[in-house]
Amino acid sequence: MTTTSPPAPAAVVTAPPSRRARVRGRSEWKGLAFVAPFLVVFLLVFIAPVAYSVYLSLFREQLIGGNAFVGAENYLELFADPQFWEGFGRVTLFLLIQVPIMLGLALVAALAIDSARLHASGFFRIVIFLPYAVPAVVAVLMWGFIYGDNFGLAANINDWLGSEVITPFARNWILVSIGNIVTWEFVGYNMLIFYSALRVIPTDLYEAAELDGAGPMRVITGIKLPALRGAIVIATIFSIIGSFQLFNEPNILRTLAPNIITTYFTPNMYAYNLSFAGQQYNASATVAIVMGVITAVIAYVVQLRGSRKEER
Amino acid sequence: MTIARTAFRRTLAVAATAALAVGALAACSTGADTTSGGGSASDLDAALEAGGKLTYWSWTPSAEAQVAAFEEAYPNVDVELVNAGTNTEEYTKLQNAIKAGSGAPDVVQIEYYAMPQFALADSLVDLSEYGLDELEDQYSASTWGSVNVDGKLVGLPQDSGPMALFYNKSVFDQYGIAVPTTWDEYVAAARQLHTADPTKYITSDTGDAGFATSMIWQAGGRPFAIDGTDVTVNFQDEGTEQWTGVWNQLIQEDLVATTPGWSDEWFKGLADGSIATLPIGAWMPGVLESSVADASGDWRVAPMPTYDGTPVTSENGGGGQSVVKQSKNPALAAAFLRWLNSDPASIEVFLESGGFPSTTANLDDPEFVNQESEYFGGQKINEVLTQASKDVAPGWSYLPYQVYANSIFGDTVGQSYANKTDLNEGLADWQSQLVDYGNEQGFTVGE
Repeated sequence: MTTTSPPAPAAVVTAPPSRRARVRGRSEWKGLAFVAPFLVVFLLVFIAPVAYSVYLSLFREQLIGGNAFVGAENYLELFADPQFWEGFGRVTLFLLIQVPIMLGLALVAALAIDSARLHASGFFRIVIFLPYAVPAVVAVLMWGFIYGDNFGLAANINDWLGSEVITPFARNWILVSIGNIVTWEFVGYNMLIFYSALRVIPTDLYEAAELDGAGPMRVITGIKLPALRGAIVIATIFSIIGSFQLFNEPNILRTLAPNIITTYFTPNMYAYNLSFAGQQYNASATVAIVMGVITAVIAYVVQLRGSRKEER
Repeated sequence: MTIARTAFRRTLAVAATAALAVGALAACSTGADTTSGGGSASDLDAALEAGGKLTYWSWTPSAEAQVAAFEEAYPNVDVELVNAGTNTEEYTKLQNAIKAGSGAPDVVQIEYYAMPQFALADSLVDLSEYGLDELEDQYSASTWGSVNVDGKLVGLPQDSGPMALFYNKSVFDQYGIAVPTTWDEYVAAARQLHTADPTKYITSDTGDAGFATSMIWQAGGRPFAIDGTDVTVNFQDEGTEQWTGVWNQLIQEDLVATTPGWSDEWFKGLADGSIATLPIGAWMPGVLESSVADASGDWRVAPMPTYDGTPVTSENGGGGQSVVKQSKNPALAAAFLRWLNSDPASIEVFLESGGFPSTTANLDDPEFVNQESEYFGGQKINEVLTQASKDVAPGWSYLPYQVYANSIFGDTVGQSYANKTDLNEGLADWQSQLVDYGNEQGFTVGE
């Protein structure tokens, strides 16, 4: 295994002083043997799939006529594909609206539980977190029953009101319905991230603030929120990735609203259906690569902005 | 819940390329193909004698009992039965195994509508190499046509689904509605029923590719034509427009329920009378008996309504089994398949599980035809259903990429359903996407 891994990684580490590298060559090979188990797994589970996807995205295999190298053609076609952009636009809209709501709720919950003014805060912490422990598939099925406008809770409320007021599966409401499920699932998770960041704030800061006469709101804006900045950046990045990868919720609700949720409702659903329904593995790999790059760029920008504020 | 919903979901399938195939097969060759071993009927007997191991993928309810009976008759053969998922779930796995080059079963259940797709990719053994083409007389013409793709016998038929009109007699009696014999009468019945009770609908349809294609087939439409890799997709023919003419009225006037098929709600609607009829395949009685047991005595079967009074119907659902080319022992696999779909012992197990046969011996068997069904209030339902199997219109083909085509039905025709707009627009959209896909995949697709 070690022989197949060229000394490139080791060379990077000690590259600048080339004389030293020559002297220490032997021991580096030994070091490599220690790193090798990690490197092999890393190459196998991180680098190889990405490399294979890139490779796939440069070819086109047809049901008739076999496989051929097409260069950037798959990418050009994807950039001109209205179905892809429709899905992309949808998850972007989702991201812009659902993520701030979810993180806002999580923040309020974390601050409330941390405030020490809440009775049974341990109980609320576990209850708010509980939905995260429910498997996404089960959660969506459960919400699907609640949303059902012929038999579910929505139907009951409509019956009671005597008109079709609540239609979670209607074209105009489906994204809101999905956003509601995702928020329900992940508020607790994000709350826990914020809460653990709040717990590590040294208590003498609070004592000092109290001596200076700061009220609870001043403590939040002056101490807690600045201390949470790193956690908020992390939670935002996770949420961006999660939004762009939206798949489970719409894919399961599709059985209940087959004509409203299309096969290209989100980019991930599009990639899935391209490969498993249409056998267009190359187009699917292209979607995956493009979405991966877009997600990485946006996450990087968010991180840069977040850390720049921290320096100030 | 999803599993329950799809468990019986055989709605989609049916026949392909009848015209192409049957004639070409009469003069077939034996044992020419070296890649799959080659052989004849006597080779199959020898293979059974020698024995070995086989893997069989199926989601049919009768599979387990059939495998057990087979292993008892042929103790040297060991068949491992795997339920690899229902319809498209299984096809995805099969597709992946074929692409990977290993992991596919020896024998696999494939619905008629999906057979051209696997046959075209040259993934299935031509069973005429083992002399199984001699079994032609044993099967109904429409199912035999379905397993013959482009001059090759790519499977043996198991069940069939000639369409008939299942209706809830107690609802019809309650509102004094006569059983419709034409589609115009059907639309009138739909209006009468929904006006009398707005919670009741003549049927439920949210847009289902298998149902739509079967209805177009019955109306005389032949939207798909296949000649090798030359494909035509055309939903502008007279038959298709005949169907959309009827169905547009039902959709646009809100006369059909929008309950997704095979959902819990759908079964509930079938039980409480809010879904009053189902134009569907002849395999439906078994489903009604097991999943809508509460409505025992309410349902009856009638021939499909027609457009001009001439009895005609189409196939809806149904499928057979094929031998995959990856099989290391294709002769033994073919021998198992021959037993599975033609041996009386196996067919008996199949019938007991509520299946509707494709074998003429059973379709013509007076005992089968005259059976009185308790669930259907003592009606001899097989009289209607076996007659339907004789009235199936010939000349229908599915696309060589029908599984994909059906997957995007909701994206296109489904939009017409959701917006209650002209189905012809949705079909035109479906058509243009199918043409693009076919051309991208190397077919020559015309409109």
